[in-house]
Amino acid sequence: MIKNKKQKNKIISLDNVSISYGSFEVVKNIFCDFKKGCITSLIGPSGCGKSTVLRSLNRMNDLIPNCSLKGTVMFDGINIYDKKIDPVEVRRRIGMVFQQPNPFPKSIYENIAFGARINGYVGNMDELVENSLIKAALWDECKDKLDDSGYSLSGGQQQRLCIARTIAIEPQVILMDEPCSALDPISTLKIEETMHELKKNFTIIIVTHNMQQALRVSDMTAFFNAIEYEEGDGGKIGYLAEYGSTSKIFNSPKEKSTQEYISGKFG
Amino acid sequence: MQNHNLFYQNKSSRNITDIFLTSISFLFALFAILPLFLVVSYILFKGGSQINLDLFTLEPNPPGDEFSAGGINPALVGTLIITSIASLIAIPIGMGGGIYLAEYSKGGLFARFIRFGVNVLAGVPSIIAGVFIYALIVSTKIIFGSTYSGLAGGIALSILMLPSVIKTTDEGLKLVPNELRQASLGIGASMYTTILRITLPAAFRSIATGVVLGIARAAGETAPLIFTALFSYYYVSGFEDLFYEMGSLSVLIYNFALEPYDVQNKLAWAASFILVLSILFVNIFARILANITTNEKRI
Amino acid sequence: MEEKLTLFKNRKRFGIEKNIDIIFKNTTLVLSSFVAIILLGIILVVFFQSFESFSKYGLKFLFTSEWNPVKDEYGAFAAIYGTVITSLFSIFITIPLGVGTAIFITEDFAPKIIREIIGSFVELLAAIPSVVLGLWAIFVMEPFCRGFFALLHSWFSWIPLFSSEPTGRNSLLAILILVVMLLPIVTSISRDTLNQVPKKLRSASYGIGASRWKTIFSVILPAALSGIMAGVLLALGRAMGETMAVTMIIGNSNAFSWSLLSPGYTISSMLANQFGEADGTQVSSLFYAAFILMILSLLVNIFAQFLVKRFSLKYG
Repeated sequence: MIKNKKQKNKIISLDNVSISYGSFEVVKNIFCDFKKGCITSLIGPSGCGKSTVLRSLNRMNDLIPNCSLKGTVMFDGINIYDKKIDPVEVRRRIGMVFQQPNPFPKSIYENIAFGARINGYVGNMDELVENSLIKAALWDECKDKLDDSGYSLSGGQQQRLCIARTIAIEPQVILMDEPCSALDPISTLKIEETMHELKKNFTIIIVTHNMQQALRVSDMTAFFNAIEYEEGDGGKIGYLAEYGSTSKIFNSPKEKSTQEYISGKFG
Repeated sequence: MQNHNLFYQNKSSRNITDIFLTSISFLFALFAILPLFLVVSYILFKGGSQINLDLFTLEPNPPGDEFSAGGINPALVGTLIITSIASLIAIPIGMGGGIYLAEYSKGGLFARFIRFGVNVLAGVPSIIAGVFIYALIVSTKIIFGSTYSGLAGGIALSILMLPSVIKTTDEGLKLVPNELRQASLGIGASMYTTILRITLPAAFRSIATGVVLGIARAAGETAPLIFTALFSYYYVSGFEDLFYEMGSLSVLIYNFALEPYDVQNKLAWAASFILVLSILFVNIFARILANITTNEKRI
Repeated sequence: MEEKLTLFKNRKRFGIEKNIDIIFKNTTLVLSSFVAIILLGIILVVFFQSFESFSKYGLKFLFTSEWNPVKDEYGAFAAIYGTVITSLFSIFITIPLGVGTAIFITEDFAPKIIREIIGSFVELLAAIPSVVLGLWAIFVMEPFCRGFFALLHSWFSWIPLFSSEPTGRNSLLAILILVVMLLPIVTSISRDTLNQVPKKLRSASYGIGASRWKTIFSVILPAALSGIMAGVLLALGRAMGETMAVTMIIGNSNAFSWSLLSPGYTISSMLANQFGEADGTQVSSLFYAAFILMILSLLVNIFAQFLVKRFSLKYG
């Protein structure tokens, strides 16, 4: 009975996942359940593979040559790495926002309509564009220039446009790969506010380098760390060191490495 | 300290050598652009004086007529037709191949082999392409029993165009930032939608520039045509003429340059005038277009 | 996966879209393999067509210069010699000119605008069709060079290369027109290579007090060497296969002569001249010659690509 309840609450779960580029293993033996309706942050020092793990959740890693994954990634009770699964369909349900704002070289309106159209949207497009921009807190700034190029916006606005574009296809999960690393503090705050709003409808998983951001926005935190290979040729391999509620990770971490990373001793 | 000073010394052997070598490189640079001026000015001067309306409308007279050589209408039309055929074959195949290399291949062994093959094919002498099509199409009469034909000429030219189209497509697509591709795939677009709607439009200008330059180059090629399309003195009057000998500006220049008659030679100059001017025009136009593109990217 | 959002009609990719995706990918795959098919086709066709002549004359074909359709005797030595000698001489003349021009364009000797104009003029030269250069060579260059060739002969007739009386069209004219055609290739590839040499190498050399040309000769050119060599080899391949301008100016004679001042032949000009009217063993012999030309240019090109790869590994 308890197990069943737990099942219902999780939306994506990693079961013994290891990812490698060619013969080079990046992360190893990850077990992790992401909760529905929560914001989960993935933190850790660079090179620990947290972005790689994030990208494995909607099969964006398929686009990298020689990248392979062992183990299972369950989404809604289905292994998305099953041979029968169409990665394109997975990405329609699990959207992604990238590190660099990457609007299409099209108008603001078309940037949002493009994704909705390829997902076969049959509702009122104007309404969808407006709603998505409102949800991404961009509507007031660009409602008068929907026909301008997406590139005419500032960096922070472009990133919110990319979020709006992702929201427009109404995915169940939104993955964000360091969405604020290229932005100034004010834009960052705006995007964090947006994320709080989005939490009501979406599950969000975010990779961040900024621990304050993790503390501000997320309910759950996963700390990834990297250890050197035993054979010792300088290569590192990532693993999930600790996972729990954000307050617990930041206030009373179990692992010593978590404690050290959070207090800024390395990273 | 007394022998050293930091003033520039005109007479130090080091400075003299530097000035001497700089002048030499300047002379070489002048020498390198000299042929362009000489050739273009002769063409403007010798060819420009021959330009009149008859040139564009008449058939060339067979050699021997000492008073008038006629016009170059069949050759002009033939060049347009043969180049169009070559483009119709080479552009779809080349763009498709380029798309595969840039978007799907992930740099595997097959892609490396094909890229190698593209470079090798680009280095195959143009006359070999003519010889190949002669053996494959002309001598076997494989196309409705016709031997020399405009169609065969177009096919031979397409072999020369193919590597350049693949290369420009491949390189143009590789310049499209990966973020754009990820953005499209990240919202669940299929690969073909991503390519056709996002990456190809983003690379359109650079691909178009390269393809246009390739077409311009093909239009001036002669060697693949001299025993595939051969030559014709007669107007192109209908579709079925595709299956017979067809004239072209470049073969006309070749044939008439070697004739002993002055009127024919003049016709060759006139044809050169038209051919070179259109090719230079297309080249300059394409380069300006390409420059605009790169400047925009910098902003 | 149960679908709750009814507004998105094909969240689940329908069969059609999935199939289009697969068909699109496979179509491009097939199209890209066309290159390999054509290349293989060319090699096989030329090889099999030359088989008759190959089995009849064997390697003797390479070393005799008899070319007699009446007696059915064929040997391509004169054409092979012509191909090798014209391409080698033209490339040796082109190297200093082209590399010198490339240095002038890439160094800041002159204002940028002038250097850019010179650069684009050189590239425009590449756009002029070979047949037009041939026409120009016949009517402008050949008369202009006549007196000069006579002098050359009277001074240097003791050198075999200049031993014959100059007669109208000859191999030396072909070499000169080839230089015009190769210049843009060598210049533009050398320029690209020189531009790719890392700036820090130059700064390092200036930093220890080397003069400009000392830097060019002992730092920049050595760093760019494999790239420039690749350009030179590509140009060499082009020179061997160049047909029209050479055919129009070389004189087309199969009588072998060491001298550059007498009419000569190259494989490609022989093909251009005879292919249309040949039959029987002559056709096969021409294919045999074409096969030799192809092998020569393939070797040169493959080696050039190898050098390109080596250069880009160093500084790519």
